[in-house]
Amino acid sequence: MKVILHHPKRETEVRGPRTVQSLLKALELASEAHLVIRGEELITEDEPLFDSDVIEIRPVISGG
Amino acid sequence: MKCRVCQAKAMIKIERHHTAFCPICFTDYVHKQVERAVADERMFTRSEEILLAVSGGKDSLALWEILIKLGYKTAGLHVDLGIGDYSRASRAKAERFADSRGARLIVHDLPNELGAGIPQIAEKTDRPPCSACGLVKRYSFNQIALEKGFSVVATGHNLDDEAARLLGNVLHWQEEYLDKQSPVLPAAHEKLVKKVKPLYRLAEREIAAYSIMNRIEYIVEECPNATGAKLLVYKDVLNRLEENAPGTKHNFYLTFLRRRSAGSAEFTEGFPTCQRCGQPTQAGGAARRKAANDSGESALAGATASAPAAHPSSSQENGGARSPLCGYCRLMERVHA
Repeated sequence: MKVILHHPKRETEVRGPRTVQSLLKALELASEAHLVIRGEELITEDEPLFDSDVIEIRPVISGG
Repeated sequence: MKCRVCQAKAMIKIERHHTAFCPICFTDYVHKQVERAVADERMFTRSEEILLAVSGGKDSLALWEILIKLGYKTAGLHVDLGIGDYSRASRAKAERFADSRGARLIVHDLPNELGAGIPQIAEKTDRPPCSACGLVKRYSFNQIALEKGFSVVATGHNLDDEAARLLGNVLHWQEEYLDKQSPVLPAAHEKLVKKVKPLYRLAEREIAAYSIMNRIEYIVEECPNATGAKLLVYKDVLNRLEENAPGTKHNFYLTFLRRRSAGSAEFTEGFPTCQRCGQPTQAGGAARRKAANDSGESALAGATASAPAAHPSSSQENGGARSPLCGYCRLMERVHA
């Protein structure tokens, strides 16, 4: 699947199928500091992801 | 995963509350948290017009959306910091939001108003950009609120901001800052307006989720000056703790608020006013710390009681209170030297 990341904005490929939780773990990203979006919808950690998906992982932390 | 309220498909899980919500029920949860914050802390009423500091980021735009939906009277204030593309994109987000909601937006353009943006101010005064930015923004919010007749300024500080700030202040025992860390700072001087933080009960992740679910277009990019900022390090540490023990941030900050009780005013009595702008030359914890030290107590203990006013003569012993100018006017003097 295509995964879009920020800070800096970039793309990477990750093999599916796997859950959102597994994707964050594979990329070593804290679930408390990120949201996962498919299309325009947020998805929860138990959601299955497949190779055809385009996923955005959006960081939620800002410097204030 | 299903919404714990209506059993529809959930879009967000909130570990610290052992719950999950669909977009409709989550929006309702966020609105209730803000209503509770406003009521518990007596922030403002529906008859007041609130000046909302709007950066173009998720927190301030989400807060604006929430207050509009809850029926509060608001106007936005965007301070254009003059930080290149980042400021241009941030301003565009704030302006687009205001246009789409038919809301009033006041823009304070630092390069136009002061002849210098944050990069130039930081360079000319040899101050870290984040320090100069914080001082200029705080002063601008207050000053513009006074000039335009607003009695209260709201900012989008969230639970993560406040918990991270508290961690930093505790790690370094910055007692004067601990004193001022409250969701409400009452107007303690004729030249100070009340400041409130209606999002203090909501985690940063929840506010980002609210923004995405409600199709709020905010700036996702981070300020270029924030790289390596201490606040981000503290947030990272707290989020690691949160993953192991959900509720850590909530307990840390809200328990701090409960234990320190009332008395979180910008404590200004006894301090001289700035000869240029008339604001107190030193507000908040420094006065309280001095008063507490004089009475043989720690400043933290002083924060839980009504500390006596700092005596004018004792304030002169404090290095920061000797200047006839406030911090902002001293900064501007150096910028225009």
